Amino acid sequence: MKEDPVIKIENVSKIYQSGEVETIALKDVSFEINRGEMVAIMGPSGSGKSTLMHILGFLDKPTSGRYLFNGQDVSNLEDDQLALLRLKKVGFVFQSFNLIWRKTVIENVSLPLFYAKVPKEKRLILSQESLKKAAFPEKFINYYPNQISGGMMQRVAIARSLVNDPEIILADEPTGNLDTKTGDKVLETFQDLNFQNGKTIIIITHESYVAEHCQRIIHIRDGELVGDEINKSQKIISNNK
Amino acid sequence: MNFFDLVKESIDSIFHNKLRSGLTILGIVIGIAAVIIMVSLGQGAQKQIVQSIQNLGSNLISIFPGVIQPGRGFVATGRGTSQTLKLEDINVLKDIETIEYISPELNRRGQVVSESGNNINTLIIGAYPEYFIVRNFEIEEGMFFTENQMRSLTRVAILGNQVKQDLFGDENPIGKKIRINNVSFKVIGVLKPKGSTGFINPDDSIVIPLLPMQKFISGNEYLSNISLKIKDKNLIDQTIDEATIKLAQKHRVPIEEPDFSIISPQEILSTFNQIIRTLTLFLASIAGISLVVGGIGIMNMMLTTVNERVKEIGIRKAIGAKRGDINKQFLIESIVLTFIGGILGIILGVAFSLLISKLANLAVSISLFVIILASGISIAVGIIFGYWPAKRASELDPIEALRYE
Repeated sequence: MKEDPVIKIENVSKIYQSGEVETIALKDVSFEINRGEMVAIMGPSGSGKSTLMHILGFLDKPTSGRYLFNGQDVSNLEDDQLALLRLKKVGFVFQSFNLIWRKTVIENVSLPLFYAKVPKEKRLILSQESLKKAAFPEKFINYYPNQISGGMMQRVAIARSLVNDPEIILADEPTGNLDTKTGDKVLETFQDLNFQNGKTIIIITHESYVAEHCQRIIHIRDGELVGDEINKSQKIISNNK
Repeated sequence: MNFFDLVKESIDSIFHNKLRSGLTILGIVIGIAAVIIMVSLGQGAQKQIVQSIQNLGSNLISIFPGVIQPGRGFVATGRGTSQTLKLEDINVLKDIETIEYISPELNRRGQVVSESGNNINTLIIGAYPEYFIVRNFEIEEGMFFTENQMRSLTRVAILGNQVKQDLFGDENPIGKKIRINNVSFKVIGVLKPKGSTGFINPDDSIVIPLLPMQKFISGNEYLSNISLKIKDKNLIDQTIDEATIKLAQKHRVPIEEPDFSIISPQEILSTFNQIIRTLTLFLASIAGISLVVGGIGIMNMMLTTVNERVKEIGIRKAIGAKRGDINKQFLIESIVLTFIGGILGIILGVAFSLLISKLANLAVSISLFVIILASGISIAVGIIFGYWPAKRASELDPIEALRYE
């Protein structure tokens, strides 16, 4: 029996209207992503991949088409319901880390738990576990983001995305601000999470190098889906395959 | 997020920008302190006036010559100028059963010289011995004069405490001679200090028997006023009616147009209370304006804070914060700001009130009410002036906010 896909989008379009000018960001995009997949969404800048990520991550709604998450139509939910989905179902990792500067590493990681109304003692435990999963060195957990390296910051962001145990992780150019070596470390972490914990991971990128580390690559160009392939030669960094 | 997490979050953010937060809070501190000082001074003045009128005796009524016209009040009557009350009037009052004591009084200012040559101008009160009972006076040294002393026109004097100090310093004045308007009197007693009673400061007066006063000093038989001590507070209105009828009859004037006025302390009290209340409200309103200005400062700062933290708001929304969560966070931050301001304002206001009472020798009354009021106001200011910035923050689009650099 085929498992239901965690993400199913059908003919999703996104049109931005500013005055008389219409900008089509996405045009009739359809695909499915199954639980446990590690997918790269690839395309040059301006291809609409960020818009796609916003829709997949419940930050934005499609102009037309349907988005089924775990079989539930989420295309027309209210703001607060979308916020709840962001809180429980998805974890974001951004290119620019998006940490809060005046909070320590551990405070940044536990922030989603505040909104999930997790009690204080449990917050600390979950955040520490999450940082461990993201391979963040324990002795730095009380540092502030500006006191640690970029690679470490991205690990904090990954830990934060994991802390509410989401079903999917959405990473937007996660290695874009990192050098190759630390970039590899981050990709290794994603592979670890995928292989070991079976997390569904979606990486949005314009670099084929990054995409090569995923099992499947979806190509987007000018708002349209132009390719969807299984990457038979997935580059493996993780030792946990 | 629960309430305490939010408060902690707010305090973190407030301390992150110490100078700006401090200056903004200062606006609230000044506003709250000003309100507290004004209200405390007002309530203090009110208490003092109530106290001094109660010093008169609460079941005391006074009959004054002349008519007190409604609206022109008590002070404008020039009661020295009307001469309609005479000593014989007290005979008709004696028939009224509800009156316990009758004290006819005649007040004049006079020049007083002691043997050592100290010379003062003070109030000379000619009175019956009942005067001391009616006014609740107590003797500090010596004794009061008696009915007999008065009838036999004995020239004796009881000094108010201040007068005794002015004339004799620390000397014992009993038995000494003083000259009042060049008439010699013997000091037989000194009153205990009592404080002002609103119209007359008994400490700065000399009491002599009424009959010698009329004979040697005023030279006629008119009275300044007659004070009546009523047996019971509840009988005041009844007594006023009865006295009005009897005196009008005696003076042969219609009851509706008497040539005298009867005033109870309650009336005076309520008039004063109203004046003070109006004044306090007025001063507190002025202080309130500074609070509004402080509130605008809070709004300004919160708007700046929201603008500076657009990115943070975007991050929070992306990781699952609802509109309400963001709204609450900024609203609580604003309330925490004004509440800190309120607490400091209360401390400063109380401290200043006490300082003023000490330095300017004014009565202040710091009530729990004003402190609760001030805390309430400071929280309200936080809500009112934090509402809009918080609403703006909560309505930010997460995608736009995340893009913001």
